[in-house]
Amino acid sequence: MKITVNGVEKTLDVDPEMPLLWAIRDVLGLTGTKYGCGEALCGACTVHLDGHAVRACVTPVRRAEGKAVTTIEGLSPDGKHPLQQAWLDLRVPQCGFCQAGQIMTAAALLQIKPKPTDAEIDQSMGTNICRCGTYTRIRAAIKKAAGES
Amino acid sequence: MSRRGFLAGLGAGLAVAVLPNLADAAGPPKPKATRPAPPTPTGNGLDAHVLVHVALDGAVTIICHRSEMGQGIRSSLPVLIADEMGAEWARVTVQQATGDKKYGDQNTDGSTSVRKQYDEYRKAGAVVRMMLCAAAAKRWKVKPESCTTRDHQVIHVLTKRTVAFADVVADAAKLPVPKKGITLRPFAELERVADPKLPLIDGPGYVTGSAQYGADVVLPGMLTAMIVRPPVVGGKVATYDAARTLAVAGVKKVIEMPVPTKPWLFQPWGGLAVVAENTWAALKGRSVLDVTWDHGENASYNTPAFREEMLQSVRAPGTKLRDLGDIDAAFAKAANIIEAEYTGPHLSHMQMEPLVAVARVQNGTAEVWAPTQNPQQNRTDVAKLLGVKEEAVTIHVTLLGGAFGRKSKSDFVVEAAFLSAQMGAPVRVQWTREDDVKHGYYNAANAQRLRAALDDTGAVIAWHHKTALTPIGGTFDGKTDTPSAGDLQQGVNDVALSAPNVRTEACKAPLHTRVGWFRSVYNIFHAFAVGSFIDEIAHARGADPRDTWLDVIGPARKVSLAELGIPALPNYGEALDKHPVDAGRLRNVITRVTDAANWSNRKGRYLGLAAHRSFVTYTAVVISVVPDAQRVFRIDDAWISMDAGTVINLDRVHSQMEGAVVMGISNALYSGVTMTNGATDQTNYRDSRVARMRDVPRTIHTDIVASTEPPSGVGEPGVPPVGPALANAIFALTGKRLRDMPLANALNV
Repeated sequence: MKITVNGVEKTLDVDPEMPLLWAIRDVLGLTGTKYGCGEALCGACTVHLDGHAVRACVTPVRRAEGKAVTTIEGLSPDGKHPLQQAWLDLRVPQCGFCQAGQIMTAAALLQIKPKPTDAEIDQSMGTNICRCGTYTRIRAAIKKAAGES
Repeated sequence: MSRRGFLAGLGAGLAVAVLPNLADAAGPPKPKATRPAPPTPTGNGLDAHVLVHVALDGAVTIICHRSEMGQGIRSSLPVLIADEMGAEWARVTVQQATGDKKYGDQNTDGSTSVRKQYDEYRKAGAVVRMMLCAAAAKRWKVKPESCTTRDHQVIHVLTKRTVAFADVVADAAKLPVPKKGITLRPFAELERVADPKLPLIDGPGYVTGSAQYGADVVLPGMLTAMIVRPPVVGGKVATYDAARTLAVAGVKKVIEMPVPTKPWLFQPWGGLAVVAENTWAALKGRSVLDVTWDHGENASYNTPAFREEMLQSVRAPGTKLRDLGDIDAAFAKAANIIEAEYTGPHLSHMQMEPLVAVARVQNGTAEVWAPTQNPQQNRTDVAKLLGVKEEAVTIHVTLLGGAFGRKSKSDFVVEAAFLSAQMGAPVRVQWTREDDVKHGYYNAANAQRLRAALDDTGAVIAWHHKTALTPIGGTFDGKTDTPSAGDLQQGVNDVALSAPNVRTEACKAPLHTRVGWFRSVYNIFHAFAVGSFIDEIAHARGADPRDTWLDVIGPARKVSLAELGIPALPNYGEALDKHPVDAGRLRNVITRVTDAANWSNRKGRYLGLAAHRSFVTYTAVVISVVPDAQRVFRIDDAWISMDAGTVINLDRVHSQMEGAVVMGISNALYSGVTMTNGATDQTNYRDSRVARMRDVPRTIHTDIVASTEPPSGVGEPGVPPVGPALANAIFALTGKRLRDMPLANALNV
């Protein structure tokens, strides 16, 4: 099947039920998307499918056929998306493992709500867990990227 | 990615630093902290210390020998060395060490990285600086003491002459390494160390996805294994049929794992491994594996019954460990007696990165890549498994996607080495989240009973604290069923009290699973009980909780062993003269945190306070809750003050404090696993819950006490006071005293 990943068309010969996460990691070798729970509970595997945030761990790869997938590696060509910049400016990450998923969820939020309120941030980001506890900085970084602070 | 690519990635991206996380419980196989060995000269530059190399062109390589798990050691350690030696940061490469005893203690655990090795790091930079200065001084015919270094140059202070490191490094390399008279710079000259916004060395990798964690290591021809492990500790496979598994496309083999024997130590868990071409095939193959289990001796472990057993245990006499004055006489004449019992469950670490390790065993050697806190232990354990010398084993340390103590055990690393040897190919062992939840080295389960005798002025004249906890020692010797005096250093025997009559008792709680170090360890539930109990005393005597805290602790003083009423205190491996039990420092953080929270003005606010000393650091926390129509309450603000002595890399200390508040909320409110017939009931984040964004305060106000005292722990000591502060805030709001963790059980949230 054909899938466009980070702007490049890829042909995949895999079990169509294979979760997109494992296709991205094991087959395409893009390891920025993380496995955290396998059941859409933690958000570490968040990617964009035609611009919408999805949990790659529960999305069968067949659902991505003919669609565009964006992973953290493809969020911006130079790693300087406003969210990535804000994340560095505010030194958000601790262990860093969940942050690709956090940024991808936040990027999808800013697509819909360029100036999200606290409640909208809480709602959207509620799908993503950070066990190190960087939530207050994540909130601040989203606002910074949105030009709200 | 190829191995070459991975290693290149390590050299470039994996360059920087940390503040540690784990515990110091008195569990056995903690090898003695070892000192770094003298450096091995490379012949192509200056090798004055095992952690620093200056090449002939002046390029500096600093070895980070501790594991990065979010605390920032890959920044903190290198900037200490680089600033002390006067290196220009752009010319420093940070290289992650493999597990090797020559580096000294690498076990990233017990909040020790900076606490225990601060002097060593500075000395490492200082000897390099002194040798470069000596070489330049010789050339200039001046005294070495008249020279200093800055921006990769030696400077003669008086004449302002300069020479680049590159131009004197060859001469310096010929000089003897100074062994004494090592002089450190004034602290104020350590510019990067003091930078409150020191950039994260791995920051770009974190936000672009290029940072390398355990599962990101890809070797040519690598297979992926999933293991089905016995649901009950001590159980083993009874029967199995691999036919359906082997029929799954991509599955290569089903392998019986070695059956562990008691004591469990760091052994793998046994079970059956499904080895496949990729993760999905391994998962599918495992899901159709037919297996039955012999559950063994722990199949009668049930949480509700065991909780009751621990409560009975703390109601019966235990082993007296702290005995001061005459508590019986004091209780006999008390005007008021307060009593309470508290319980806490096993906690699962729930670090975001499930366990994973990659191993390649070939030609009598082994190479392992793993997100590990303890690479030297891994090296020992892998060598033992394979029957080879440690020199034949290389443990590469990747970034750790969280750890909190779980990754200080070798079980997952040994699994990978075993399977690679069996398959004759590189193997990645990937744990699922469910594997991680069900096969944990959990924090100890616990019950406590506290009693206080008050006189007619409300003063506490006697204090009686009994604790039953499933000791980590049981994991290591298979026998220990009662906490030791060492275990009770964590918030029982080391508590500063003004009461003249004090008794503590260790009570029996036999272990039926595996327990291990979990960030802050026993301090979590001891601080919960003590911190809640002081609040209970305050309300019983109708006094301000802050005033009561200060009264119960007593005046500012260094509390001696005699005053504590104990013969010895492990004190987290620190001498008492260097790190005393200082009631004044604890009082100070209480004053600071309550001032910051505007404690005196509590009208219409619901605040809870608690404080605790652990890892020789002093922390106090105030939590504010507000009513919430749907969820009883919402945490809207938190203040945390910490006195950790001399601190470096301030931003990472603040971030550890922020993270500690969040983890403390998780521990108190949601966390905990339960056992039914010996097997863990929970499966994933749905039922082994941790705090999400909505659960955390709008703001976490962090306050670090400026201090010139020796550095103390940072990674762990923020956590313990958070739970009781939250419980006390909930009491302020609802009038409901919650004594059993997780508190959510009683709140329906």
